[in-house]
Amino acid sequence: MSPHDIYLLSPEISLAAVAFMVVLADMVNGPKNLVPGVAIVGLAIPLFFIVLLWGEVADWWSLLDPQIGEREGFSIPTLFGTLAVDRFALFFKFLFIGSVGLVLMSSYGYVERFSERRGEFHVLIMLSAVGMMLMAAGTELITLYVALELSTLPLVALAAFGGDRRSSEAGLKYLVLGAIASAVLLYGMTLTFGFTGSTNLEAIAVAVGNVADGTDVFGIPLLAVGIILMVAGFGFKIAAVPFQGWVPDVYEGSPLPVTAFLSVASKAAGFAVIIRVFFTAFESLEVDWALLFAGIAAVSMTIGNLVAIAQTNVKRLLAYSTIAHAGYMLVGLAAVASRTTDNVSIGSGTLLFYLGAYAVTNLAAFFAIMAIMERTRSELIESFAGMSQRAPWLALALSIALLSLTGIPPTVGFMAKLFVFGAAIKADLAWLVALGAVNSVISAYFYLRVIRVMYLAEPKDHERSPRVIPLDISVAVTAIAVIALGVWPKALLEIADRAVQQIF
Amino acid sequence: MLTAVVFLPLAGAITIIALLGDNPRGVKWFAAGIGIAEFVLSIIVFAQYDHAAGGFQLADRYVDWVPLMDIQYHLAIDGLSAPFILLTGILGLAAIYSSWSVATRHKEYFAWLLVLQTAVMGVFAAQDFILFFIFWELELIPMFFLISIWGSGRKEYSAMKFLLFTFTGSAFMLVGLLTVFFSVNTFDMTQLVGMDLNDLLLPSQLVFAFFFIGFAIKLPIWPFHTWLPDAHTDAPTAVSVMLAGVLLKMGGYGLLRINVSMFPDVAMDAAVPMAILAVISILYGAMVTFRQSDLKRLVANSSVSHMGFVLLGISSIGATAGNLSPVGLTGAAMQMFSHGVVTGLLFVMVGVIYDKAHTRHIPDLGGLATRMPIAAVAFLVAGLAALGLPGTSGFAAEIMIFLGTFPAHGVITALATIGVLLAAGYVLWMVQRTLFGPQRERWAQLTDVSAVEAVAPMLLMAAILIVGIYPAIVSDVFRAGVNDFFPRLMG
Repeated sequence: MSPHDIYLLSPEISLAAVAFMVVLADMVNGPKNLVPGVAIVGLAIPLFFIVLLWGEVADWWSLLDPQIGEREGFSIPTLFGTLAVDRFALFFKFLFIGSVGLVLMSSYGYVERFSERRGEFHVLIMLSAVGMMLMAAGTELITLYVALELSTLPLVALAAFGGDRRSSEAGLKYLVLGAIASAVLLYGMTLTFGFTGSTNLEAIAVAVGNVADGTDVFGIPLLAVGIILMVAGFGFKIAAVPFQGWVPDVYEGSPLPVTAFLSVASKAAGFAVIIRVFFTAFESLEVDWALLFAGIAAVSMTIGNLVAIAQTNVKRLLAYSTIAHAGYMLVGLAAVASRTTDNVSIGSGTLLFYLGAYAVTNLAAFFAIMAIMERTRSELIESFAGMSQRAPWLALALSIALLSLTGIPPTVGFMAKLFVFGAAIKADLAWLVALGAVNSVISAYFYLRVIRVMYLAEPKDHERSPRVIPLDISVAVTAIAVIALGVWPKALLEIADRAVQQIF
Repeated sequence: MLTAVVFLPLAGAITIIALLGDNPRGVKWFAAGIGIAEFVLSIIVFAQYDHAAGGFQLADRYVDWVPLMDIQYHLAIDGLSAPFILLTGILGLAAIYSSWSVATRHKEYFAWLLVLQTAVMGVFAAQDFILFFIFWELELIPMFFLISIWGSGRKEYSAMKFLLFTFTGSAFMLVGLLTVFFSVNTFDMTQLVGMDLNDLLLPSQLVFAFFFIGFAIKLPIWPFHTWLPDAHTDAPTAVSVMLAGVLLKMGGYGLLRINVSMFPDVAMDAAVPMAILAVISILYGAMVTFRQSDLKRLVANSSVSHMGFVLLGISSIGATAGNLSPVGLTGAAMQMFSHGVVTGLLFVMVGVIYDKAHTRHIPDLGGLATRMPIAAVAFLVAGLAALGLPGTSGFAAEIMIFLGTFPAHGVITALATIGVLLAAGYVLWMVQRTLFGPQRERWAQLTDVSAVEAVAPMLLMAAILIVGIYPAIVSDVFRAGVNDFFPRLMG
């Protein structure tokens, strides 16, 4: 391991270091703001390294000025080829750091209820993010597996952080089901290793290419079973049907900031791995995956949205909504998988754009709900009654987020759906797009029901609780981003498009 | 210029929410000021459009909006859209003035009303497919709030029904427009009109059907019309005015702009089914209208019948080459303009009557003409225009539709004329039972319209009579718009 490797791994290393600094800060009997202060300000260090490293693998200037010809994207392997530094990984690392920063900021007031365990809360979220960053960068199966565990185990502890029965149940459920998913994933990896003789994605690609050229993958049962088991393992992470069983209970039981983090970062990390593994290692088998992903997408969207209609608890509602959104993202994945040579340009960046759009939107929704629940102390949708009068700006922010989840312009959710559906049409998946569009209509019903309650029902009381400034800032930042990216999607789309170029 | 027309109401809405105080009078007059400014702007735009030159004019364009999918910010008007900009300007102002009695949450109310106007203006001015779609969807949010907060009766049910119907239509439309894009790689509507779209990723008949469903729901055409009576009846007056006046027109405009001018071959093949749907809408709508005892529901149902004439006019493209003329299409567009001002006026008057009498039940009303003469005149003018009396805008539109359609579908057109007869029946019946007849003790205290209430009726009456006496002021512009794509139907 050379000093250069350390530089290439600096975002992960520095984030872990910041996490340990938070531990130290927690031990010191300092002022109340010390722990969150160190955590949030400390995030600037990994962020700085990410920006620096992007400069290594791409031109910053070409983003700002399209006239400058863009340098060919490339990937720097590090740690004996187990990890890669490329724009794809850096895109996701940025996403994770951003989510961590916003989640920590929003939970400034929320962590009061953890009293002594405030420090641990920050540390665990950061360590989980380290795991996710490694997931996005991993190019080798064992590394990916370890990274996945590193990201999951802190989340298990965090899910149980609430301390009450429901939270403990959430933690246990996540642990047990997560362990099963890990086992399935590991078994899938083993089979793939047994067939290809390597755990390195590039080497697997070569081995698969040699055998599968021209043959149907299902003609190679061993490999097919291995890959399907891996899909199941990753499907757990992204909360797609039929691996979604844990989602509602864990989302409902976990403390709100944890749910927010889980729904955004954990899902994005799962997609990062899926994209990396499938489009590096199993490139020559792609067309088959298109059908598989399209099938999962169709079921996820439909089941997620239909079950969401019946929910009365807002956390469960968003849990089913997140399942549905995993479906929309898989539409994008299916589109990329069934691409032909002439449509590479449109398909690939759209999925990453969708992930980014979903991240801001869902964070905005969760932050607004956190702020509203500071007032209502209830998770029931009906308790949001009259919120437009009690807290007009929060009601507006939550409405914007929900409209974005529905996919109504001028929000970023609309643009994201537009791009993903466009990519799918281009890939001859018109049936899937039609289904997705119908699903959007279904989802309008339950998202708008929340808006309706906030704006139409009379408030039950008019009590106004004191404001938590950092939480309000995170609500404002994300809600404004939802609109801004909806009106001006160009920059994010451009970055997303470049991030995937060397993968696809 | 067009950017200003489209976004001025939005700027006004933001100002109302963010800057204005809680004073109802101030908010109303500010909104009225925006409405007047928008009205003046729309007249200027309409006047600036040179229909002798034709084509797209007054373009505002920013090409580099989303380069990856070649989505552009592109506003422009042609002969087809210029009169609708004017119509939206007129009705937007009328809607604001007929909202004077709104008592609750007035800031939000006027803000949403102005956002709605931005969305509708945008639909008529956008020449990029995605921009068109964005404005099309944007209109849903203000409508949802306006109906469900300030409506009456089963308002939440109606608002949700309206939203889900329209959203379903736009889901189909989205599939259609993405298919078009990925087949020809452009969203530019000004270019798509000249392109051959017969060879798409999906069969062009299917794409045509996707758009048709989206627009037919909006228009609305039987059997997609069921949202309309509910939404209209439960919406507040000004929203009914906007809904009937301009929102339905978005459907007909879309049919002309996209279905007919981009898919001329498919549209000509589909002429007979369209004519049949049209005549069903006309007759079914008229017969249902006869059954209504609620004044507002009656006017709402008559819209189904009247919008059937629009589709009938469009179906005139089914004529054989020798008989094909642009008059039917121009008539369809005229019918939309005319219906916009006429039904707008009817809803305004229904609103005035309801405000004063607190009932819309026709059997309860009667003899109002002596109590409120000005209102009665306005109501009568609107009624007569609705049944197509010569000298009003309704006549000019309907005669053009029949002239254009008769060579194409003789029997169907003959059947459709029964609709005019029925219209005369229900309109006169309504007017007679509401305005005339024995005076009732109950209504002795009713007063006539106040000066503020009179603004909207006067404005709309003026529009009805001007267009009725000199239809060319609008029809020449429409004809210029139709002529831009008509050669494709001939060839």
